[in-house]
Amino acid sequence: MINCSRIKKYGNKFKIILENARVTFISRWSRRAEKSSREKGAAMPKKTIQTFQVEWLQILDEHGNCDETLRPSLSDKEIQKLYEWMVLTRTLDEKAFKLQREGRLGTYASILGQEAAQVGSAFALQPSDWMFPSFREAGASILRGLPPRMILQYWSGDERGSQIPEGQNDFPITIPVGTQIPIAAGAAWAAKLRGDRIAVMTYLGDGATSKGDFHEGLNFAGVFSLPVVFLCQNNQWAISVPLSRQTRSKTLAQKAIAYGFDGIQVDGNDVFAVYKAAKEALEKARAGHGPTLIECLTYRIGDHTTADDASRYRKAEEVEAWRKKDPIDRLKKYMANKGLWNEAYHQQVATAAREKVEAAVKEEEAIPLPDPKDIFRYTFGELPEELKQQMENFLRGDGRPDL
Amino acid sequence: MAKLTMVEAINLALKQEMERDPAVVVLGEDVGKSGGVFRVTQGLFERFGDGRVVDTPLSESAIVGVSIGMAAYGFRPVAEIQFEGFVYGAMEQLISHASRIRTRSRGRYHCPLVVRMPYGGGIRAPEHHSESNEALLVHTPGLKVVAPSTPYEAKGLLVSAVRDPDPVIFMEPKRVYRAIKEEVPEEEYSIPLGQCRIATEGKDVTLIAWGAMLQPTLKAAALMGERGIGSEVIDLRTLSPLDDDTIIESVKKTKRAVIIHEAPRTCGLGAELIARINEKALLYLEAPVERVTGFDTVMPLPKLEQHYLPNAERVVEAIDRVLSF
Repeated sequence: MINCSRIKKYGNKFKIILENARVTFISRWSRRAEKSSREKGAAMPKKTIQTFQVEWLQILDEHGNCDETLRPSLSDKEIQKLYEWMVLTRTLDEKAFKLQREGRLGTYASILGQEAAQVGSAFALQPSDWMFPSFREAGASILRGLPPRMILQYWSGDERGSQIPEGQNDFPITIPVGTQIPIAAGAAWAAKLRGDRIAVMTYLGDGATSKGDFHEGLNFAGVFSLPVVFLCQNNQWAISVPLSRQTRSKTLAQKAIAYGFDGIQVDGNDVFAVYKAAKEALEKARAGHGPTLIECLTYRIGDHTTADDASRYRKAEEVEAWRKKDPIDRLKKYMANKGLWNEAYHQQVATAAREKVEAAVKEEEAIPLPDPKDIFRYTFGELPEELKQQMENFLRGDGRPDL
Repeated sequence: MAKLTMVEAINLALKQEMERDPAVVVLGEDVGKSGGVFRVTQGLFERFGDGRVVDTPLSESAIVGVSIGMAAYGFRPVAEIQFEGFVYGAMEQLISHASRIRTRSRGRYHCPLVVRMPYGGGIRAPEHHSESNEALLVHTPGLKVVAPSTPYEAKGLLVSAVRDPDPVIFMEPKRVYRAIKEEVPEEEYSIPLGQCRIATEGKDVTLIAWGAMLQPTLKAAALMGERGIGSEVIDLRTLSPLDDDTIIESVKKTKRAVIIHEAPRTCGLGAELIARINEKALLYLEAPVERVTGFDTVMPLPKLEQHYLPNAERVVEAIDRVLSF
């Protein structure tokens, strides 16, 4: 017969033994676990703390098809203006190229193929905004108000072409690649400190994104949330070096993410997309919401400059493929569909552009040589004694070949 | 009148210029809350706020580049480069833009910018913290370069630099920062750029120095004085543009000259000074002009720097050579 009470007693004892064993085991286990966790480190699985996406914006494709839901609100007149500026830009560009070949102009950097990127972006600027060009922005500059004569004057080797007219808040051409970027950030900072509701736009190319000043300028703009738009014309070639040698990034736009602001890639041959992105970015800047990087994916149809021969390093097929994406051609197709373009209108626009450019050439070529004193005149606000002496000796004829 | 160190004198000048002109802003690394690694900007952040005394990213090219943009917009930035050895990252902005924007735009834009930077050796600092690179800047057309030698000088020259319409590199001899105190008026005064000063008059030899080299030069002059030799010590003050007239007049009088600088010898500013003396006073000279300079080597680290930096003894030897030529 089973002594229940005994069972109970032993059972209880057994329970206690089991319980003790469990406690011992758990505490040993947890000590071991602690030790093991000390050895291995705590469990902290990797987690995603930041993701990013880059938007692509195209509104008008190469066949002239337009997404009307995305199209920026522009009157028919404004669309024609965009077209006319692009035609004028190309006419000036072609003429400059010819003049160089005829020996009537110095080295010139063509913008052929980039008309939409320049006209679309500059069209979104207000006169009170500031603009800092690189050296391939003839289109943006004339739209801002620079007389075409001055573009030719500059490239013919006359610094008077860089004397931006009063009231036009633009900097002269900047040749060392990317160095205008921190300067533009500085102007934006100044505007912000003054409380001026303006924006600054600076132009740069794909090559510039490899420069230290790109990083320093964009980083600065990000840190201080400055009202500046970085307009990158990714024309895919820095002289002979292709984009793949500038970056491993899939886009240039994504570089903005690292600086803490928005970057967007747009079809740079689509004037609507460029205008829309630029307009939104400029409005954002003026409203105090910081900088934007806009990457305009485009293509340098011409050589780097008139001193270059791009056939040495890139395939004709590549150029041809991009010619088919021509920015003016696609806008023309769109406008024709809308009844905004016909041959008579085109003739009128082309003739006006030609006449304007011919007048600019005539005007430029009639300008007398600069005064040799100009070498000295602008070095300082007031010429120091030694420099005055150098100028006087020079004017007296010391070593002057023409005297 | 209060006796101030050079650090205090520069701080006072900055404070007064910022009070006088709201367009003056101070920017650089650690210039705000910390007051600068040498405490030159101490108290300015508290007084003027973070809109006018700005801690920037560690970004020399942007510090100068941004300052150019601000200057074009109408501000008068006073940028600090923490040590002269770190200015090289900003050289492209200085040489390609700050110095040229007036010329490039034919006066449409100019660049009223001051870049302050401590320079020179003698404080037992690591590599890149003890250099004298004034010749690189003096060789750049469109820049003015100033190197004060005493607290009084520093205040008056900085006031002129801030008010100047063109970019001025203000090289502060860090060895002098706290080494000497002198009476510095609280009241406003300025010392014009482009004029040197005769620190001591003498008839036997002209000694030309600037910045931290003024002290060993004065010591050498005193030692020579004990031997009955009168030294005329010229404190150059502004390294670009140079004040030829005072130098030439002095050399014509003494007929002998020694130039003292801690920068490397070849193409140092001494070479330019000698060229000008030769052009304008050759026939007055009784001896070739001597140079007492750093060597054409990398600036050594602290354990050897006392051998590199000119001292009074080396200056005395050079004076003896020009006297006995």
